[in-house]
Amino acid sequence: MPETIPENSIGVVTPQMLHFDQPLALECGTTLPAYDLIYETYGTLNEERNNAVLICHALSGNHHAAGYHSMEDRKPGWWDSAIGPDKAIDTNRFFVVSLNNLGGCSGSTGPTTINPESGERYGPDFPIITVEDWVHSQARLADQLDIEQWAAIVGGSLGGMQALQWSITYPDRVRHVMVIAAAPKLTAQNIAFNEVARQAIRTDPEFHDGHYERENVLPERGLKLARMLGHITYLSDEAMGKKFGRELREGQINYSFDVEFQVESYLRYQADSFVGQFDANTYLRMTKALDYFDPAGKHGDDLSAALRNTTAQFCVISFTSDWRFSPARSKELVRALLDNDLKVNYAEVTANQGHDAFLMAIPHYLNLFSTYMNRVANEGGF
Amino acid sequence: MLRPDQEMICHWIQPGTRILDLGCGDGSLLRHLMDHHNVEGYGLELDDSKVLSSLKSGINVIQSDLDHGLSDYFDDDSFDYVIMSLTLQAMNFPDQLLEEMLRVGKQGIITFPNFGHWRNRLQLLLGGKMPVTKTLPDTWYNTSNIHLCTVNDFEALCMQKGIRILERTVVDHQHRQPALLKLAPNLLGETAIYRFERLPYHQ
Repeated sequence: MPETIPENSIGVVTPQMLHFDQPLALECGTTLPAYDLIYETYGTLNEERNNAVLICHALSGNHHAAGYHSMEDRKPGWWDSAIGPDKAIDTNRFFVVSLNNLGGCSGSTGPTTINPESGERYGPDFPIITVEDWVHSQARLADQLDIEQWAAIVGGSLGGMQALQWSITYPDRVRHVMVIAAAPKLTAQNIAFNEVARQAIRTDPEFHDGHYERENVLPERGLKLARMLGHITYLSDEAMGKKFGRELREGQINYSFDVEFQVESYLRYQADSFVGQFDANTYLRMTKALDYFDPAGKHGDDLSAALRNTTAQFCVISFTSDWRFSPARSKELVRALLDNDLKVNYAEVTANQGHDAFLMAIPHYLNLFSTYMNRVANEGGF
Repeated sequence: MLRPDQEMICHWIQPGTRILDLGCGDGSLLRHLMDHHNVEGYGLELDDSKVLSSLKSGINVIQSDLDHGLSDYFDDDSFDYVIMSLTLQAMNFPDQLLEEMLRVGKQGIITFPNFGHWRNRLQLLLGGKMPVTKTLPDTWYNTSNIHLCTVNDFEALCMQKGIRILERTVVDHQHRQPALLKLAPNLLGETAIYRFERLPYHQ
């Protein structure tokens, strides 16, 4: 709980909701007749309306990227290290928009929302949403906020994929793109991890083909396993070793299957706290969005061709110990951007935190981040 | 602020061209060329703090290790000039990088400390020790200059690789070019500056 709001925090923020009546045709073939998007904004939109930055969230993220919802909040938003007054995305200069994506479970229309047609929760009937669908929905949010062109779109991991997709789908509507700890598509190994996570959820006896809410139960065990697996892949071997080593909780081996090693305790804690706040049907859909993302796929597996209409300037950042979205994957993107003679910057940050590094306050990373955003602001003249 | 060898390079660059700067440091050469010669291009740099400085200078910088070559990023003939200033001598495979420069660029521009300079010769001859000079201030065990060469060495390598030297300048440590330097560049030049291209049809 922050007894006082830190000076470089955006402070207490209140989410807002927008309703969209215009049907949204999805890649999977179905159409969402109407939907809501929950979002937060930080900073002020200038008169020229050219200082807006869109934040795209990753798998388990949401609209609450910075600041606090109340003085009772234990923690600030998930990217508070990078967003706020005088931070990398300086809210004194930028107007920041952060939303919960469609299919999410934090307020935007998703599996936990009541389907107006049936009067019941969508549950498993909620369609599978793709990155491109999200980008279309985000563009409508931009329309509603009267933002014709984003100064920058910034995202890490799955969020970076959305930022990249924006530059392909709406090249005229974004000037700068920051793609952090992401990839132009998942590898087989990455899809395999996602499939294990999905199987953990779907084979939980309490899953009931996704109708668990109707049965008044939750597929807790499955969701926990999925989260545990995810966490292992978001950290590096080195980071885990440093944090936990082989440390025992009670200082001795008990020859039991209770929690003995600290790392087991950590994983269980992460899993337990996740279950209360995340929906299993949403988790399944987020992993599918990751798997399906492949802009090159529509251009004969030629990423450079997929980026032919892109005009945005790019800053791509990867982390040395990130094996889930390794530097090599970011380089593939950089190569394709260079093929199109686009303005590209690329930095590989030395960090041992694995994929999670993109959320952490690593000084060199934040220096690069703020330097690039500074360039965005200077170019925009604000 | 440009180093004198970089100032020399600027005289050789045609305006409006595309440039790749290998080992771009803090980005000041490319920045200068963008501001005054209307060029566009990229800088490649490995060092973290220099990548940050380059980003600050407003150039487009790609963090990468030149010892891995340029094939990860660039097709043949992508640039008018590929520049490498005071970097060649720190490479693991300078000969291969030279070829890479002329694969991705029409012309190459290189500057390097001339190991044949008389001070180096004198220190080695009289003291029997690896030279330490203003141009080469590090000791043998902590220097990053692992592949030092002389003006004659470099030109021999160019000959061997079918590289045509278009322009050569050598400067002393005050970066002057007195007339004497032209007579004995390998003896009197401290820093060598070359512009070169591929010989057509070289096998």
